[in-house]
Amino acid sequence: MKDWRYWLAEQRGTLLAFGIFIVMFTIYTSNHPAGFTANVVQTASNKGVLLAFVAMAQTLVVITAGIDLSVGMIFLLTNCLASWLVIGTGIETALGVVAVLGTGLLCGAINGAIVIYGRLQPIVTTIATGAVYFGIALLLRPFPGGSVNEDLADAMTGRLFGVVPASLVVLLAVVLVVWVPFSRSVLGRAAYAAGSSEMAAYMSGVPIRRGKFAAYALAGLLAAIGGLFLTFFTYTGEAAYASGNAYTLFSIAAVVLGGVSLFGGKGSAIGAIFGALAFRTIGDLLFVFDFDPLWQPLFQGVILLIAVSLGAFALFRVRNRLEWFL
Amino acid sequence: MDGAVPIFRMEGISKRYGGVRALEKAELSVTSGSIHAILGENGAGKSTLIKVMAGVVAPDEGRMMLDGSEVTFASPAAANQAGIVCIFQELSLVPELSVADNIVISDPPTRFGMIDRKAQRRIAEEALARAGAADIHPLALVKDLPLSRRQMVEIAKALARRPRILILDEATSALTAADVAKIFGVLKRLRSEGLALLYISHRMNEIAELADQCTVFRNGRNVASYAAGSKSDNEVVELMIGREYSHIFPPKPMRAPATAAPVLEARKLSWTDRLDNISLTVGAGEVVGLGGLDGQGQRELLLAFFGVLRGLSGQILIDGKPVAIASPAKARGDRIGMALIPEDRKTEGLMLPMTVRENLSFAALDRLSKAGIIDRAAEQRLIDDMVALLAIKTAGLDIPVGALSGGNQQKVVIAKWLMRQPRIILLNDPTRGIDVGTKQELYQLMRKLADQGAAILFYSTDYDELIGCCDRVLVLYDGAVKRELVGAEITERALIASALNIHGKEMPVSQGADA
Amino acid sequence: MSETTIGGIAGRMPKFIRRADPAVLTAFACIVLLLFVGSLYSRSFLSPEYLLQQLKVASFLGVIATGMMLVILLGQIDLSVPWSVAAGAMMACAAAAYGPVGVALAIPFGIFCGVAIGVVNGIGVAYLRIPSMIITLATNAVAQGLMVVYTGGFSPQDSATRAMRYLATGFAIPGVPNAVVIWALIGAAMVFVLTRTGFGRTVYGIGNRERAAYLSGIDTRRVVLIAFAVSGGLSAFGGVLLAGYASKAAQSMGDAYLLPSIAAVVLGGTSILGGRGSYLGTVAGVILITLLQSILSVMQMPEAGRQIIYGVVIVAMLLLYGRAPASR
Repeated sequence: MKDWRYWLAEQRGTLLAFGIFIVMFTIYTSNHPAGFTANVVQTASNKGVLLAFVAMAQTLVVITAGIDLSVGMIFLLTNCLASWLVIGTGIETALGVVAVLGTGLLCGAINGAIVIYGRLQPIVTTIATGAVYFGIALLLRPFPGGSVNEDLADAMTGRLFGVVPASLVVLLAVVLVVWVPFSRSVLGRAAYAAGSSEMAAYMSGVPIRRGKFAAYALAGLLAAIGGLFLTFFTYTGEAAYASGNAYTLFSIAAVVLGGVSLFGGKGSAIGAIFGALAFRTIGDLLFVFDFDPLWQPLFQGVILLIAVSLGAFALFRVRNRLEWFL
Repeated sequence: MDGAVPIFRMEGISKRYGGVRALEKAELSVTSGSIHAILGENGAGKSTLIKVMAGVVAPDEGRMMLDGSEVTFASPAAANQAGIVCIFQELSLVPELSVADNIVISDPPTRFGMIDRKAQRRIAEEALARAGAADIHPLALVKDLPLSRRQMVEIAKALARRPRILILDEATSALTAADVAKIFGVLKRLRSEGLALLYISHRMNEIAELADQCTVFRNGRNVASYAAGSKSDNEVVELMIGREYSHIFPPKPMRAPATAAPVLEARKLSWTDRLDNISLTVGAGEVVGLGGLDGQGQRELLLAFFGVLRGLSGQILIDGKPVAIASPAKARGDRIGMALIPEDRKTEGLMLPMTVRENLSFAALDRLSKAGIIDRAAEQRLIDDMVALLAIKTAGLDIPVGALSGGNQQKVVIAKWLMRQPRIILLNDPTRGIDVGTKQELYQLMRKLADQGAAILFYSTDYDELIGCCDRVLVLYDGAVKRELVGAEITERALIASALNIHGKEMPVSQGADA
Repeated sequence: MSETTIGGIAGRMPKFIRRADPAVLTAFACIVLLLFVGSLYSRSFLSPEYLLQQLKVASFLGVIATGMMLVILLGQIDLSVPWSVAAGAMMACAAAAYGPVGVALAIPFGIFCGVAIGVVNGIGVAYLRIPSMIITLATNAVAQGLMVVYTGGFSPQDSATRAMRYLATGFAIPGVPNAVVIWALIGAAMVFVLTRTGFGRTVYGIGNRERAAYLSGIDTRRVVLIAFAVSGGLSAFGGVLLAGYASKAAQSMGDAYLLPSIAAVVLGGTSILGGRGSYLGTVAGVILITLLQSILSVMQMPEAGRQIIYGVVIVAMLLLYGRAPASR
């Protein structure tokens, strides 16, 4: 009888993000000149899905109580790589996709290896590897350019049955193929356990290192899927530093909005997806209300600031001040 | 079931930590289908014994026999594999995961590589039912459960591993009376199922109700084994007494402590479920001890005085006037003049990589500075004074304090506070893990400071220290003052008996102590 | 450079160098190495003019890295450097547009804006206990948003005041650029604060073990707040100098200073976990980074190569010095 209430409590963050998204999206479409049409939904989903993939990537690392400041750069790097490789015949394109995803996986694995086995702080490590990944992206595409298999790109960014945005379907597929198995695997649980209490996890004989490593590596993979999609939308590759940084930043905002705890151990990538979609919609709200687009960065920054400050309320429950310093 | 043949034996187990011997040729046999209680005062070697059994600590010598063949455990997992499962005092649950997740955490059931949630749920429900905690929902998050429920989950988690030998180390300390009754039912059933149970508890009534066999530890050795019920409480206390001591204590002043004006006073101090209505006074020139078993709220009481705890109810008075102490910064200020020698010198008292000099003057920087700039000459003078006063042995003032011996590190912690000339000194088990010579110096120092007018509140896990150093001792149990011992009343027998909360006729509770 | 050779050299050196941090020695050794490599590439690399020019370029980074070091010594990090720099530069230039009073207040106002950003960071870290990397990223985004709104998304048209240009490019002492003098002054002040004041001791104490510092009766939160405010102020001052150097502010002028400032501090032997490090090391790190940049640009290494080399050098150096102790 009470099962559903526990489920509800566990999914509260996700549901809240879902609620915010629905409200924001309703406001958005009802004020959009074109209204709630397949076209509007398609455009919105194509924009939102990019951030959703990067936010999923960030979620995996944040669950382990780490942070990945290189996700935006992996996203750029794989975008630039895809603009070289994902082209040609079906077989060539398929191999290109595999290579791009493999590169993302490798980038994530390098981050994980340095953090876990090199015992460096996640933040400095990923800033530094982010620079390397950006450098490689810049090597690949000193100037915006390249091309992509347009049939594939159009299929991925178009609509299924004339109604459903294909990008959403792919997002759903990635959730089912990557996130669900991971979160329900022994390694996924190890990642959660390590993020929540590394000591208790160790005492219980949980494979902490392997769990964390898998989380970092899969984060790279998810960022690469995002990079691939960016290529499908733009048909080109571009190593834009500001864009990479923005995606990293927004991924953190999306994760927080999605109810994922920055202290680790709690949250779901699905929440982060809705966080990402909600964040994007909030940003776009300014357009439908005819605000100057110049206000968008400030607006997004303030949302981020509020989102990260929300977690501080837990502080008032601390009764022993020494717990501040754990 | 033949309960006579031991399934597990420990022979000649010894373990040393540095110069301190924790176990000295200890022996223990465990039989199936019985509950074996282990008794002993603080530091008698009980915890080390079970850590060895559970594979957490490797013994220096001796051997362990399981089913007649010798075994060694490289890790807790190896001990679990062999069927020995321990429920430790420190909880090993992951707070953000559900009860069911936690119960199966070391070996979750899988299906097609994914965790089988249905099977997991089944295992969890079964284990919870076995532990008598079927009221706990398997989907609840551990962090949302109160401490007593968590302890039940911990027990269920241990049972899910299908142990042959189950060790409970103070497993009932956080439980309510109703839970304890339930757990006892469970433990008795497990005994009838043929498990061997090792039960470590300070609660004599629990042991009397539960145990078949008792073993008393003292000084790292098993000194007596007897069938439960064959000895009176007083005989048991007698067995626990008799630690070897070689401390020399300074003479206590012969005046009546009650005449001292109270400098520090607490009135009905309570905090969460850890401190329960504590009232006490400490006068100038008085050394007041805090006794009792470890973890009965002594540490929290000292932190409460020092301004670390929030949500305190009751009153703290300094010189008879109520004060609100909101932070250590306020506590050390001139109005209050308090100092706390914290529990863990390595993480709370010192910055180990910093130099001896920097550590010594750290708490007194405000007094040594003019306009924020440190007066290095004054700093040097005061440091020289302190090094001389406490006879701190160091190769220099500019080496990391972490390079000093434990005793000298503790001297640095004390010296750093003496530089402020505090009026009220709180000490949290300051002699733990330091050598005998340094201990004696600290006893002398404590008395000297008291003679100079300081009010000293001194928590120690070593009963002998309380006897030798204190004018009065307050014995805490479950966060409340259970007994006050004054002057000649402070004996080892009285300390142990009141720490175990035995209310014998020959040990009347002195008036006013039991709030 | 292997550690054994450094050990061998150090053994024959005077005591004060022997006692120095091996990381600082390595950084200085790398500087010598870079100068050597550079001189092979071009004769003019060792000329006084070129070296002075490098020192001048380094001083902008030096000022910014000084604030970053203070924060890193606490075991925190300040990722709001990019837009603290830009905000300082833009606001100083903007103030200059408001008549003579504005011109006079341009520099203090620019610094004030950086301090304001730093105060928000400090409140978030010290009082709300938000992880510093998160709150500083957020304030960075807000600062960026404010600047975009203010400038309309274009490079601001206001130009730097004469005083700003003088500070960045002038010569009060013949032969020594003012920027270098400013860095020297700020550096000297920082050394004084870190070694001679109670505040400096407290910073190291908190970085080593905030718990112990708190139990020693230190108001650790206030110290953290001040450190972030100083870091924000110094970043903004760096921006003011950069604006004076280029005569005007630019949108993304701060982006190029985040990674180098962290790298300079960490390569100079300051532990990213806090509590350990000397300003001398940061000086070495700043010069090292500047020379590295200079050589890469002399070699016409594209931006891509520079980024890669940065990242690899930082990770490699950290793996040598900055690893957390093996747990268990």
